Amino acid sequence: MHAEEKMTLEKWPASPEKQTLEAKNKFLGFWLFLGGETVLFASLFATYLALKDKVPGPDHALAKDLFEIPLAFLMTMLLLTSSITSVYAMYHMKNFEFKKMQLWLGITVALGLAFLGCEIYEFYHYVHHYGHTFTSSAFGSAFYTLVGFHGAHVVFGLAWIITLMVRNAKRGLSLYNAPKFYVASLYWHFIDVVWVFIFSVVYLMGMVG
Amino acid sequence: MSTYAQKKGFGATVWDYLTTVDHKKIAVLYLIAGGFFFVVGGLEAMFIRIQLAVPNSDFVSAGLYNQILTMHGTTMIFLAAMPLLFGFMNAIMPLQIGARDVAFPFINALGFWLFFFGGVFLNLSWFLGGAPDAGWTSYASLSLASEGHGIDFYLLGLQISGAGTLMGGINFLVTIINMRAPGMTYMRMPLFTWTTFVASALILFAFPPLTVGIFLLMFDRLFGSNFFVTAAGGNTIIWEHLFWIFGHPEVYILVLPAFGIFSEIIPVFSRKRLFGYSSMVFATVLIGFLGFMVWAHHMFTVGLGPIANAIFAVATMAIAVPTGIKIFNWLFTMWGGSIKFTTPMHYAVAFIPSFLMGGVTGVMLASAAADYQYHDTYFVVAHFHYVIVGGVVFAILAGTTFYWPKMFGTMLNETLGKITFWLFFIGFHLTFFIQHFLGLWGMPRRIFTFLEGQGLETGNFVSTVGAFFMAAATVVLVINIIITTVKNERVGNDPWGDGRTLEWAIPSPPPFYNFKQLPLVRGLDPLWIEKMEGKKGMTPAEPLGDIHMPNASFIPFVISFGLFVAAFGAMYRLDYGWGLPVLIIGLAITFGSMFLRSVKDDHGFHIHKEELIDEDDNKGVKA
Repeated sequence: MHAEEKMTLEKWPASPEKQTLEAKNKFLGFWLFLGGETVLFASLFATYLALKDKVPGPDHALAKDLFEIPLAFLMTMLLLTSSITSVYAMYHMKNFEFKKMQLWLGITVALGLAFLGCEIYEFYHYVHHYGHTFTSSAFGSAFYTLVGFHGAHVVFGLAWIITLMVRNAKRGLSLYNAPKFYVASLYWHFIDVVWVFIFSVVYLMGMVG
Repeated sequence: MSTYAQKKGFGATVWDYLTTVDHKKIAVLYLIAGGFFFVVGGLEAMFIRIQLAVPNSDFVSAGLYNQILTMHGTTMIFLAAMPLLFGFMNAIMPLQIGARDVAFPFINALGFWLFFFGGVFLNLSWFLGGAPDAGWTSYASLSLASEGHGIDFYLLGLQISGAGTLMGGINFLVTIINMRAPGMTYMRMPLFTWTTFVASALILFAFPPLTVGIFLLMFDRLFGSNFFVTAAGGNTIIWEHLFWIFGHPEVYILVLPAFGIFSEIIPVFSRKRLFGYSSMVFATVLIGFLGFMVWAHHMFTVGLGPIANAIFAVATMAIAVPTGIKIFNWLFTMWGGSIKFTTPMHYAVAFIPSFLMGGVTGVMLASAAADYQYHDTYFVVAHFHYVIVGGVVFAILAGTTFYWPKMFGTMLNETLGKITFWLFFIGFHLTFFIQHFLGLWGMPRRIFTFLEGQGLETGNFVSTVGAFFMAAATVVLVINIIITTVKNERVGNDPWGDGRTLEWAIPSPPPFYNFKQLPLVRGLDPLWIEKMEGKKGMTPAEPLGDIHMPNASFIPFVISFGLFVAAFGAMYRLDYGWGLPVLIIGLAITFGSMFLRSVKDDHGFHIHKEELIDEDDNKGVKA
């Protein structure tokens, strides 16, 4: 099957994300890339755990002073929900329902932006109320690097999905762009999984000490 | 392809290489760039040995010596050995599995240009206020104290080139998994393909920790964070862990492809199938696996405690088992074979005892208790040069001779090749053997000079003499390459006469689409099987049809160039007002061209069946 071919519902295959060799390569290559990303975040988590609460003096805020469960819980819910909505988008992609896919991707983006807004508020709050900054202590450096790397991934993921939505808005689905949508949603799931670990390791473990 | 290339002007050829996505041309780029950095790193080595030839020498100052030493290690590992091996992987691996290109031709080009710009950036430090001077390991306690921008060049340069390496690794993995020719099962893959596969997996999991380590150190130096600043709660040991979690697998990223090259050369010139093929594959995978469990043997004297040291010591010694399996298999391959002593075979035969000696000292160093005596002495220097030069550099020189006809369509001169070998072999042992004893006699590594009357004069002088032999060998190799290129005597598909694997079944150099029809693979050493049945070449697995090829692109160059510009901005941001704008402009170039790549459809093009048939008639190919 050629990637450029004009598609109809009857011709649309069961796994449109891996019909051509290019698509299969993209699919596998992206999974491998996520393997590398996992190690990247593992290194950041290890660094964070080694430097948690390592501050120069007693007047610096520690994890138990900083973190509040309600906000972290809200952020977790926003991001986990966005994972489900991106699954819906892929479900509609597989059924050749372009409009519905765009709608659910739009909802995913909205949830991602809401998450990002919470994160910016959170960082602002720590900096202005606790003096907990990137340069104030090793703890601060490790915290903002780990959570900030995740935040940067969210920004990149949002830019990616929005670009795909705009670029393909007028031409609908094809075997050329289906794998692109698919790997973008994989990326989005990966970001969510990393957040689950951040929620557990940084926020929950931060609360219990 | 070659006839076509000769008709083009110089400018068109340069543009062709700047935009190519053809794995064979990218291989040539890797070979040229890696070869250039190999010469640079070699010159740095010569300066080191000249400085240490006599006691109390003032050939270079202590500060400059630190820079030369740092750059020698960094250049040789990141900018010479790895790119040269990447060159062979690019040139040969797709041919060995019967593929028309790699899985991601665009990313392949991007990987090269990232490495290239990273390497150039790192070496520009020589002209812009001084090179990095904290050793190739750049321990945070040292590098945070280093003044000037040397360390920043190291961090930003390696970050850029490291991204390129990671992309290359993923590309090779997907190529091997998805693009094997019909019949090419995993257990029929040539050993060089297998070692490329495992080394790529190591790259995938080993480079991210380096990326993180470099980010942290960069943040500390340029953006005021405190990861390694003890006074603010930081911990410098984190750098050592992250660096060696990358650094030890890196050793296997280098040496496994070297094993692969020798595993190709030995059967060809013994005219015998590789002994114990499946155990070779098993040993390769096992070495790759164990390679991740041993990083703390570089940190025995840090004080991690006896239990950690014991575990890492035992894990390290365990690697000797699969390596030993390989050594015996190479020996048994030669045993009873009808051996031809060509230049590549010289290197292969010399490699076995040379590398073995490095392995033996490796087991000595792995004994944590004894390591307290060897640590940071010339014994360690001797050990890792025995494995890296005796293993990797021998393999690169052997691979250069062995694969030169396949890559360029002409044979390197055998007599000059053997002169190179003997000069290099003698020089290598002369330089590094004595360094074991210098270390045991108490000479610490990384010192810029030594005193008279401590029994170190003779050993150091001998070592320096050896280095000149190796330099002479390199000169002879360069002369050989020039003479061969000028003469340009064309060779056929199988210039060594005893090729066993698919790359020897197609013309030298191969047409840009590699295989007109994908070959049918019927077992290990597919070409040898056909030869033994009296056939001239491979049986095609498909009828002649249109071939889909990727388009050339200038975007990889631009993406990499953007990061190169951004690195200057990041580095000078605190010194000059133009730093921040330059950083932003550089990132804009990079992300802008990534965006362009993303929104512009690129479907590639087709070579039509008729053109392939025409080519048979008049031997001219349209690109």
